[in-house]
Amino acid sequence: MKITTNWLKEHLDTKLNENQIIDKLTDVGLEVEGVESQSGELDDFIIAKILKAEKHPDADRLKVCDVDIGKGDPVKVVCGAPNAKEGLLTIYAPPGAVVPKNQMKLVVSKIRGVTSYGMLCSESELNLSNESDGITELSLEKYNKKIGENYFSKKSVNVIDISITPNRADCLGVRGIARDLAAAGAGTLKNEKEKKLVKKNKQTVSIKIENEKDQACTSFGSCLITGVKNIESPEWLKEKIISLGQKPISAIVDITNYVMFDLNRPLHAYDVDKIDKGIVVRNSKKDEKFEALDNKEYKLDDAMCVISDATGVLGLGGIIGGTRTGTTLSTKNVLIESAHFNPRSIRKSSKKLNIDTDAKFRFERGIDPLSIEQGLERAANLIQEICGGIVSEFDIQKIGDVKKKSLKFNPFLFEKITGFNIDKKEMITILNNLGFETKEDKELLDVIIPSWRPDIFQEVDVVEELVRIKGYDQINMIEPEKVRKKPTLNLKQKLFHFLQRSIASKGYLEAITWSFTDSKINQLFIEDNKEIKIINPISSDLDVLRSSIFSNLIIHLNKNLGRGFKDLSVFEIGPTFFGSQPGEQQTVVSGLRSGKLARQSWLEKERIVDVFDVKSDVIKSLAEAGYNKDKLYIDDETPSYYHPGKSGRIFLNKGKEKVVAFFGDIHPSILKKLDIKAEALVGFEIFLDNLKQPKKSLKDQKTQYKYSDFQKSERDFAFVLDKNFKVQELVETISNVDKELIKSVKVFDVYEGANIPDGKKSIALNVTIQSLEKTLTEEDLNKINQLIILAVELKTGAKIRS
Amino acid sequence: MSDIKKIKDEFLLKLKENLDLNQVNQIKTDLFGKNGLISSQFKQLAKIAEEERKKFASDLNSVKDELQNLITTKINNIEIKEINTKLEKEKIDITLPERPFTQGKIHPVSQVIDEISSIFSEIGFSVEEGPDIENEYNNFTALNTPDNHPARDMHDTFYLDEKKELLLRTHTSPVQIRTMLNDKPPFKIIAPGRTYRSDSDQTHTPMFHQVEGLHIDKGINMGHLKGCLNYFIKEFFEVDKIKMRFRPSHFPFTEPSAEVDIGYEIKDGKIIIGEGDKWLEVLGCGMVHPNVLKNVKVNPDKFQGYAFGIGIDRLAMLKYGINDLRAFFDCDYRWLNHFGFDPIDVPTNYRGLSR
Repeated sequence: MKITTNWLKEHLDTKLNENQIIDKLTDVGLEVEGVESQSGELDDFIIAKILKAEKHPDADRLKVCDVDIGKGDPVKVVCGAPNAKEGLLTIYAPPGAVVPKNQMKLVVSKIRGVTSYGMLCSESELNLSNESDGITELSLEKYNKKIGENYFSKKSVNVIDISITPNRADCLGVRGIARDLAAAGAGTLKNEKEKKLVKKNKQTVSIKIENEKDQACTSFGSCLITGVKNIESPEWLKEKIISLGQKPISAIVDITNYVMFDLNRPLHAYDVDKIDKGIVVRNSKKDEKFEALDNKEYKLDDAMCVISDATGVLGLGGIIGGTRTGTTLSTKNVLIESAHFNPRSIRKSSKKLNIDTDAKFRFERGIDPLSIEQGLERAANLIQEICGGIVSEFDIQKIGDVKKKSLKFNPFLFEKITGFNIDKKEMITILNNLGFETKEDKELLDVIIPSWRPDIFQEVDVVEELVRIKGYDQINMIEPEKVRKKPTLNLKQKLFHFLQRSIASKGYLEAITWSFTDSKINQLFIEDNKEIKIINPISSDLDVLRSSIFSNLIIHLNKNLGRGFKDLSVFEIGPTFFGSQPGEQQTVVSGLRSGKLARQSWLEKERIVDVFDVKSDVIKSLAEAGYNKDKLYIDDETPSYYHPGKSGRIFLNKGKEKVVAFFGDIHPSILKKLDIKAEALVGFEIFLDNLKQPKKSLKDQKTQYKYSDFQKSERDFAFVLDKNFKVQELVETISNVDKELIKSVKVFDVYEGANIPDGKKSIALNVTIQSLEKTLTEEDLNKINQLIILAVELKTGAKIRS
Repeated sequence: MSDIKKIKDEFLLKLKENLDLNQVNQIKTDLFGKNGLISSQFKQLAKIAEEERKKFASDLNSVKDELQNLITTKINNIEIKEINTKLEKEKIDITLPERPFTQGKIHPVSQVIDEISSIFSEIGFSVEEGPDIENEYNNFTALNTPDNHPARDMHDTFYLDEKKELLLRTHTSPVQIRTMLNDKPPFKIIAPGRTYRSDSDQTHTPMFHQVEGLHIDKGINMGHLKGCLNYFIKEFFEVDKIKMRFRPSHFPFTEPSAEVDIGYEIKDGKIIIGEGDKWLEVLGCGMVHPNVLKNVKVNPDKFQGYAFGIGIDRLAMLKYGINDLRAFFDCDYRWLNHFGFDPIDVPTNYRGLSR
């Protein structure tokens, strides 16, 4: 909502200056978003005439214009507008002027070799309208004698832009804003002094509201003014319209707009001579069509509230009028509509048709249903004043009566909610100033809510009115108590934070990417999951919720490769989705690594990152998070986006209940499809929701301290076994020989080739044996050795290598 | 006697020469080995007449000590010399680079979430979460934002079905609803997380982060709200004083509602929080609307309290001087490295939020 101080002062008697008014507006909840100066800057825009328009020698679409700016020789301006032609009257901005739309300061510049002094402006560049297809065309008749004059009137004003919250429908008019300011002590609200309107004749256009189901129009007031001369608005009115960022059109249209912005009372004007018989307000039929004032044709659904005549639809009630009965400068007889429409219906229809107008914006928030006659009165008065004509009596058609809402207010609630107190007398004053009627009823207040406040329903709404007018700065600050009754994080949240930092500590950079992704890339990682489409995506490459973090991570990794990085480690922790119901998501930590380790180091041998790097990252993180590394169970069944031979999945134990992680090389075909040129790409996914809490808390673990001071022995073994036999099982078999004595089993060599039969491999292990009770004798050790060899040969079919 | 003297003289002379370790060890063996000269003299001890024995033994011991000391010193010197020679040879250029290592980083949003959790933890808030996909009821209706209400225009919503019943939550406020439906008052929670709006320009991203706060108990009023947020802002920006302003606003789920601005100024191109005469909006808040409490079966006559919602990304930008919101989600390696935090840098109360 835009206002000027001058306009405000037509309703408010105030001693405050503009800055004080701005502060006060903010204090009462009418947030000032900005103050635009219309002074100075707009002085530069001059009415000018194109004397000559020639094609630019070096650009087909540009023209070189000689422009008469009313002083001295014509100036040369290069212009790209298709409508720039000889004889056109338009608006010229000299070098130094600031274009209102983009705040660009014009300079003398060479455009393809031709020097251009200033610019010819489109309406959109001047914020006059959205018209940007060509430069402004001014009527020859009106402006021919004004060449060289400023287009905008000289009186400089500041336009205050206020962001009105959706509840404050009443402040979409200047008077409503003035009322709030007056209540907050910024001045006094002036009384409306309406000139007595002389009403002759009856309103002869028949108006009927069809009393049908879901009729959105509850009342339709109208006034007929005959014999008018519609002209260009007088200066004062044009100024007001321009100050709102609108374009003056004609007196009748400008007046209806003015009343809307002044009183928050939308009106509509019809050219009566174009109405076919009378007006019927009814629900639309499916596929009815009409051309609206925005010059678009709309095809309607059924049950939209339309204003119609015998021929068909004239307009959408409360949303937009139609071209067929629109007023023009030749209109002689005009019908002013002042109606009331149901906000929900307005919203529904306008949303469906995607129409946004000032009237719609107001009706959907709730217009004062008792302002119908006030609006007619004001508009009729102004039209008569400016355009002459004879005003008819008002015709008011309505279904049902409007009753003001009321409630009982307990003044004690104010202190209960705000923590401070004001006395009842002051409450009553504030409420009365806002237009509430009050009556004391013992300790309670009977409150009648003004008809322009659709947002007030209950006592707490009244509290808000009081505290916002009294001032939020009156609220006392109560220091928070430093008491904690519940742990801040639950176990899963702790695990989240732990794994996040644990992975980062292994050299990964944490990324945060969208929860949605490109369906084409998501397909590569979706497996058997359902695709979850967003029906209104922000762009076609962000059209589904991600099934895996890899989709986004891999896109971004590739971009970083493109930036010239090779050795990358990134990870993200966040949701992936497997259904479209709330909760059908899981939390995943997912990481990718590419390139080499120790690239070009003078000290270390460089090597490509591989599956055992990510395996180590995952297992170390799980171990750090408290999971027993020796219990983890690994197999090689992995999703199709992993390299089938170089990937694995991890379970917390041999029971294989839930997969807690996947790791491995990313499938080469994915690299190919996404055109990823990395020497290597390995990754992992850890599924937080599948991680059961470790059984023992740190507290319990720490108390079980057992150690042995007895001598430990190490023995090396080499076994030859089937190539496909999993080493994990071999190690497990050995460990199980004597869980007490065998402290660790290390694999220190894997060998295939000479001396080893085809289809076999040799695994060399180092076994540490130590007792908690005694130093083991050679005999004890030999016994264990024998048991190990026996167990391995028996259970795995391996042969000890001599 | 003369034998001892002779040995002594002879070997003192020998040990004066420039000897290597082997030669000294040879001398040691010659003197003190099984059949060494000194050892042999000791064997003589028994054969010597009683009256001379004492003197002989004393002389022999003194010669033995003298030679032994000399040999030990000699060996030590040689060893020191050998170490020194070895050290001389082993001298490397220590300015060569160390073994390569990589440093991981925590995203600024994650860091700020931890900072926020740490601050609210001090004053008794616990962390709650909710799903990213929400139903229309939890995201809007239960929060007193009925269908066809213009307030819904403030949220450009992503929908997952044509009926518009499933959506990506547009704010963290539905966590209020879930929390209150699942439990009984009092409630004192914060809920950080991802939120989504179909909005994309220089200052908006289709996904962003919010933290919701909710405190419902008996007698919680706007004074508590003011105190809580004042405490939070001060702690978060790590300043002693903060200029803060509450101004009336509107959210369907709070009544009365407020927006909170903090004072700032620009000094040498840097934003200084808490001073100056410019205002910056940082959050929205208010007293939870009785309709919301009724929707979650909490008696509004008995319980009341406040809620707030803060944009996390924006806080991170302000605190750490990040200009571009879009860069948060661009995953640019250079940006992550620059604005990321060391994983060891866990925000805590005792050590301070940030270094």
